[in-house]
Parts: sequence; C-alpha cells; structure tokens
Amino acid sequence: MQLEEVRKILDADGVDRTITRITHEILEKNKGTEDLVLVGIESGGAILVERLHSKIQAIEGVAVQKGTLDITLYRDDIDEIQNQPKMRGTRLEFDITGKKVILVDDVLYTGRTVRSALDAVIDFGRPKWVQLAVLVDRGHRELPIRADYVGKNIPTAQDEEVAVRLKEKDGLDEVCIMRRVG
Amino acid sequence: MRGEGGEAVMEEKRIKTEINWTRKDLLGLKDLSREEIELIIKTAESLKEVSTRSIKKVPTLRGRTVVNFFVEPSTRTRASFELAEKRLSADSLNFSGSSSSLVKGETLKDTAKNIEALQVDLIVIRHSSSGAPHRLAEYVKPGIVNAGDGINEHPTQALLDMFTMKEKKGKIEGLKVSFIGDILHSRVARSNIWGLTKLGAKVTVCGPKTLIPYDIESLGVHRTYNVEEAVKDADAINLLRIQLERQNEPFFPSLGEYAKGYGINAQMLKRAKKDVLIMHPGPVNRGVELTSEVADGPNSVILEQVTNGLAVRMAVLYLLSLVRK
Amino acid sequence: MNILIKNVKAIDPRHKLNEVVDVLIADGKISKVGKGLAAASTETIDGTGKVLLPGFIDLHVHFREPGGGHKENVASGSLAALKGGFVGAVSMPNTTPAADNAAIVEFILKRAREANFNIFPCGTLSKAREGKEISSMLELKNSGCVAVSDDGNYLRNPLVARHAFEYASQIGLIVMSHAEIPELTKGGVINEGFVSTKMGLKGMPGIAEIIAVTTDIELAKMTGVRLHISHLSTRGALEKVRQAKSEGLPVTCEVTPHHLALTDEAITSYDTNFKMNPPLRSEDDRKAMIEGIKDGTIDVIATDHAPHQIEEKDQEFELAPFGVIGLETAFAVSYTELCRKEKVSLETLVDRLAGRPANLLGLNGFNEIKEGSQANVTLVDLDKKWIVGPEEFLSKSRNSCFIGSEVQGYVAATICNGKLYSWTKAKATK
Repeated sequence: MQLEEVRKILDADGVDRTITRITHEILEKNKGTEDLVLVGIESGGAILVERLHSKIQAIEGVAVQKGTLDITLYRDDIDEIQNQPKMRGTRLEFDITGKKVILVDDVLYTGRTVRSALDAVIDFGRPKWVQLAVLVDRGHRELPIRADYVGKNIPTAQDEEVAVRLKEKDGLDEVCIMRRVG
Repeated sequence: MRGEGGEAVMEEKRIKTEINWTRKDLLGLKDLSREEIELIIKTAESLKEVSTRSIKKVPTLRGRTVVNFFVEPSTRTRASFELAEKRLSADSLNFSGSSSSLVKGETLKDTAKNIEALQVDLIVIRHSSSGAPHRLAEYVKPGIVNAGDGINEHPTQALLDMFTMKEKKGKIEGLKVSFIGDILHSRVARSNIWGLTKLGAKVTVCGPKTLIPYDIESLGVHRTYNVEEAVKDADAINLLRIQLERQNEPFFPSLGEYAKGYGINAQMLKRAKKDVLIMHPGPVNRGVELTSEVADGPNSVILEQVTNGLAVRMAVLYLLSLVRK
Repeated sequence: MNILIKNVKAIDPRHKLNEVVDVLIADGKISKVGKGLAAASTETIDGTGKVLLPGFIDLHVHFREPGGGHKENVASGSLAALKGGFVGAVSMPNTTPAADNAAIVEFILKRAREANFNIFPCGTLSKAREGKEISSMLELKNSGCVAVSDDGNYLRNPLVARHAFEYASQIGLIVMSHAEIPELTKGGVINEGFVSTKMGLKGMPGIAEIIAVTTDIELAKMTGVRLHISHLSTRGALEKVRQAKSEGLPVTCEVTPHHLALTDEAITSYDTNFKMNPPLRSEDDRKAMIEGIKDGTIDVIATDHAPHQIEEKDQEFELAPFGVIGLETAFAVSYTELCRKEKVSLETLVDRLAGRPANLLGLNGFNEIKEGSQANVTLVDLDKKWIVGPEEFLSKSRNSCFIGSEVQGYVAATICNGKLYSWTKAKATK
C-alpha cells in the first residue's frame, strides 16, 4: 500500500503553537500542576509528553511526573494486525493512585487505542481522573470516547490517513493528510 | 565488518533487527536466526515490567489456551511457564507425565491429537526424549514450545541466560561465556551454544573429559578440561547441574572429587574477572557445582535468572500467539 | 510352464558368462543357454536391453514369523524379497519365540515352501539368545539350519562364546555375529559423532563394533569356526577383518546397502526411519565400506531387512525400535551407489549379491546361469530410474530410509524355483 500526500495541515510552527495551546488548556483546566502526571502512548504520544513536559516547566517552573505506556499488550486485535507491533515497554515509575492523569496521543481515530490505554492505566492504580489530550482528532470513532484537549480537528475520508511527523522520530515537525493509492 | 562505520551502521542494524515473528513453534535455538533471538530478548525486556506492577497481569492472551504438557517431571520450568501464561491472561491446563495417559501406553501422537481436539492454541512440552517436540509439531496444529527435550535443547532457559547477560553486560557480542560441568547431557548448554555463537559471544565449555560431547568444537566453541582456563577471562560463568541420577554410568568417581576438580569456590572466583556473572540453571547442588559463598555472593545472578525466565517465557508465548495458523 | 528369455545379456562371473543369449527354463531348471533357442508351449520374455543375473541371496533378513506377524511374515517377506530380485535368504533367529529348536525352524521352512521361496534358516547361538547356554546346534543343523547367531544381541560372556564357537565349528555351522559391545552403546540411538552432538541424541560409538569384532576374530582363530560378521559398519572393524583374511582365517563379512549409501549426516530431523543398528556411520566409515567392496574384504551385501509397523516407528526417536526394511531397494541402491557413482563393475556387484552368498552357504547349482542349475535368476533393467515410494512395497512395513530417493536399476522379473514373477509397477522419474 502506498500513500500520497494530499495536503499539509500544520507546519513546524503550527505544531509548536498547537502544543503550547494545549499546555495552557491543561494548566487552566487543572488549576496548575498539583497531582498532574503526563502519560504518553507509545510512540507518538511519548514524544508529545516530552514537549508538554518542557512547556509546563517553562511556564510553571515545575517538573511534573511523566511516563509512557505501551498498549501492545492491551490490543484487542493481536492476530489481525498485518504489521506486528514492536513492543517498546511501559515506563510508569510512580504511583498513579489519586493522580490527575493526562493521557497523550498523536492521533485520535477509532478510539480503540485509547480504550486499551485506559485499561492499562487502571492496571497501575486508581487515578483521581483521566483526561485525554491529542494533537489531531480525525473522526471515525468506533467507541464512545472523546478527547479533553484537541490540537486540530481534521475531518478525513476512510481512505485517508493522518501523518503526524515529529522531529524526534521523523526529523521534522508537520501534520499531513495522506491518501492511499494503488 | 563489526566495529566499523559507527553510528550509521548501528542505525542500519537496528532497523534490520525489527523483523516480524513468523514461526508457529519454538523448537530450539539451532533453527533461529540472530534477528529472531534478538526479537525475543527485546520483547522480554518490555515484558519484564509487567511483573513489577501491583496488578501483575495484562489481558494480551485472554481467551487463548495453553497446555503445559510435561512428560518429564519439572517443577521450576513448569511453574515459570504457568505464571507467564497467567500474567498474560491465558487459560492454562497441565498434563503431566504421571497423570497423562502416556503411562497407560498411549502414543505421543495420540495424546497430542487429544490435546489438539480440546481446541488449544499453544502446547508447552517437556519430554525426556530428544526431538519429541519436533515430532509433536508435525502431528498437530497448535504452536509448540520446547520446554526441554532429552539432551537436545532447552531454548527458553538459554534465552533467559542471554537476556540476563545482556541486561548485566549491555550486550552479548564479544562476551566470553564459559559453561562448566556436565556438557554431555546438558540441553541448557546446547541451546546456549547455538544462541550465543549466533549473537557473537565466545563460548568455552569445560568439564571432565567423560562429560564433554564428541567433537563439540565443531559447534564453534572452545573446549578445555582445565577449570582455571574457563574461569580466568570469562564475563559470565554458567555452572551446569551435575546430575546425581546419571551416576549409574561411571562419568566421574564421586561428587566430592568432581567438586575438587570443577566446583567453583571463593578461591577459584578470585582468579576470575571482578565483575564476572555466576549463573546456574538450577536447582543448585551446593558444595558440588559451587559453594554457598559463591552462590549467594555478589557475582551471583542466579535468582535474577529466575525472574528473567518469566519475562522470556511471556515473550515467547506472546510472539507465537501473533502467528496466524 | 516353461520360460524362454530371448536376446538377454546374461552375466554370471562364476562361469565367465557375459553375452547376449537365449535362456530356456524348463521344469524348474535352466535347460539351455544358447543362441536362437525356440521351444513349444513356453512363455517367452523379450530380454532385449535387459540383463539376466544369478538370483540374489540375502544373508540377513528378519521375516518376524513366528511372533511378529503384524510387521512381516514369511509370505510377505518372501514377496518383498522376490520383488527385490532375491531368490533366497538367511532368516535371523530373533523371532518370538526364538529359533532355538527344530519345531520353529521346521515351521519357518514350511512357510517358505508355501511361499515358493528359499529360506536358509539361522538358528540361535545361545538358548533363547540369552547368552547363558549353548543352543542345541545339532538339532538346529538337522532341522535345516545353515548358521547360528544371536542377532540383535552379542554373546557377551567370553567363556560361553568360546564354547559356542567350538561347538559350532565341530557341528559345521557358520557363526554369524552381531558384533556390538552392549555396555558401550546402551541408551544410544545414532552413531556417536558430530551429528549426535548436534542433534542432542545419545551416541553409539564405533568402538563397540571394533572391540566385538576383534574378540570374535580371536575366538575364531582359536576355535577354527567359520565366522561371518553381520552388518559391518566401521572402518576399524573392517581393518580387523582384512587382517584376519590376510592371515588366512575363515572370516567373512557383510555390509548393508544403507551403510554403503548413507551416513549419519542424513539424520537432519528426528525421522525414525534413520534409526537402525548398527547406526549410519561417518563418511570415513562409508568410504571404507566401499573400499571393502572394491578390494573384496567385504564378501556380501545383505539387507538386514528389519520391518516395523508405522505405529511402532512413529514415536519418539528414543522409543522407536531400531531397523529398516531393505529387500525391495537393495539392488537399485547398491547399483546406483557402487556401479554408477563408484564405477564398481556389475560383475563385482553380482558376486556380492549372488555368487559369494551362495559359496558361503555351500550351494552348488542353485542360482547359476548354466545348464542344469536350478532356475533362480533375476532380470534387471539397468537404465530405469525411479523414486522409492512406500506405496509400492510388498513388505508389510514401510520403514525404509530411502523413501523419496531417486535410484537407478530396476528388477523387472525374478524367476524363483522355476516360477516367474514380473514386476512392472515402479513409478519412473519425471
């Protein structure tokens, strides 16, 4: 399967501005950083957590706790996926009980990944609440899940995909809509 | 080739190792590629964390059934597999040698077909006859995990040994690993030799001449009868269990004499590297393969091997479950 | 019914025969060998392009009767032998009960007559093959035995062995020895070598055969018995036989087709059709066997045809019984290996399959291509290549280590005791 680029939604500055906005929204809604923890879903969400973490530090002067979640073990489709998921491991080296957990991912699509992530989070303890932050919401939900913080709503067709490229893994920051061809 | 090129080569290699798992069975390390072994270890590294949680369980294999078919008795390996299955939420069922119908004269094939008819997904087998898991894999559709066959292989033990070495030393390539003891009857040594040589370690085997298999050097290992030579430069020393029950064949005069010649005590340990790993697949015969001082000393990683065994077995069960039948 | 084989290249090294002739068979005997023969009321076979050989004699078969009829019986074993071009065979005594008395031997001979096949029974060397007491060799000889052996077991007690050898030599029976020191091979399942190390299977060292052969030869030297070493497999043991022969001792030996064609490197899975005793040995040993055929140290090619049912073989490698069948593939495998690959002459092969076995058993006019001999001949198609397939075996068992192998040389017909058996079914290669 090949993909061709349809249009660019965000460039590097756009990505950065969006993350900055989400940071402010998180701080506003939670009234600061008390009990706030950031948990990124591997692999895109884990990178976004690092960005949010440094922005919070810049704004509030506080280093909130952060971790990453590998939801491979919680997927409901292990024998259906074409490309085997590469396990990256979960790093949550603190107790999440009573914490305000901000779950972070790059794209919200069917909601199944978030469902898996919620199961995973709950296996680690009983958070005060869990909120969801995503860079892109592209629609087509298959489960009753919504995000608390959305960088960009991008309506897409089923034959399209959203590519979130981040410097840490792709060498540049941008968000594009791609279409499947062939 | 190795050691040249720096970053770019390293990166290329890393990408190349991101292969898909395609095997239905894990019969031995003899058949596996370096990349497949690395994938299992990498997966185990990720899965190790599950056992550190307060809720030590993930739903990954929910609805899958794993049969532990232990024709040869085993306590540790079976317990490790059972726990690995439970932590992955698989349903598990035990068929043991004494309770299975094998003792009533049913053939391996018939028993296997009966297990298959229960609609199971994986069969973990331990058998006293070399090659039994290979036969089983021909007979039935469920994936087969070799949990030790005769004197042939014990792949999950070797994988947990390699995982432990990698965890402690950062890499396998270039490590000097010595095996001391009964090499002849050791499936642990055989699996380790296949795996470690593929991953670029330098393997030495050491034991009395009566317990060294014919032409072992052709497997790409160094052979010595001199324990000091095996100990001297090693990064890891794996002590193999001396099986008292094999004493109906006169391989050595007595356990006492074995301990004098090949047992590792504090004095011998002084001749080894300061940070050498002392490993043992268990159960340990204290005072024979090694003294208590060594077994419980700072170099010993024997209990960490047990912990890592759980992660390795979870990784194997997980990877085999990815393969559609 | 008389049989006339026209225009066939007939080879019998004993009579320096190697030319295209017609052969007329009448009343169970070869009545005429010559050109332009014709006879009334005969079945005529066109032998053009084919070769007529003396019928083969296998010095080592297990027909399992009595006691193992599910694996093979004399009737099915005889058919398998005939299909392989054999007109006679020495039956090993490890039946249940063992052939250590006249009743069993007479029973086997009766069964052979019913099957129109020539069995030369081998009785036991010790009572019940237990290695404790000498068998009743006079009784065995009188009931028709030509040899004695504890095949499958080695007579371990040198005192019993000494007396058994002495007694056999006095009675005039050949001692056939399964030479293997059992303590050295206990628990072993394949040859001790790199392959046993690699496969994690317990090895059977070649030295077990070498020591046993050495002991047997010394006892033969002392007792004067006619000693025949069964299924020889190691270079070391072959050297001992070579040396004994050079000293003029009456020692002979045999090798199986599988030890000529295969080595332990053929064991790549845990396929029990490669489990036999003696086990497949190293390439060096195999080369020695071929040298032994070439220089005459090895007298005979014998199959050690050892049938086992599928359910007996289809189990764990350690648990499966030793043994492979060989009668139906012996000629093709030997011809391919020796004549095609090693450029051994067809005369030599015929000598090892027919001439020397007959000599060894003291047979005259049994399987010769000359007027007056009994009509025991084999017609072969040397050019036919075929793939060994289990569905064609006439043996009750299928445990061949050559299934799937391509071989050359096919037994087209066997005439045994004057009766014609034509074989046509072999699947030719693509």
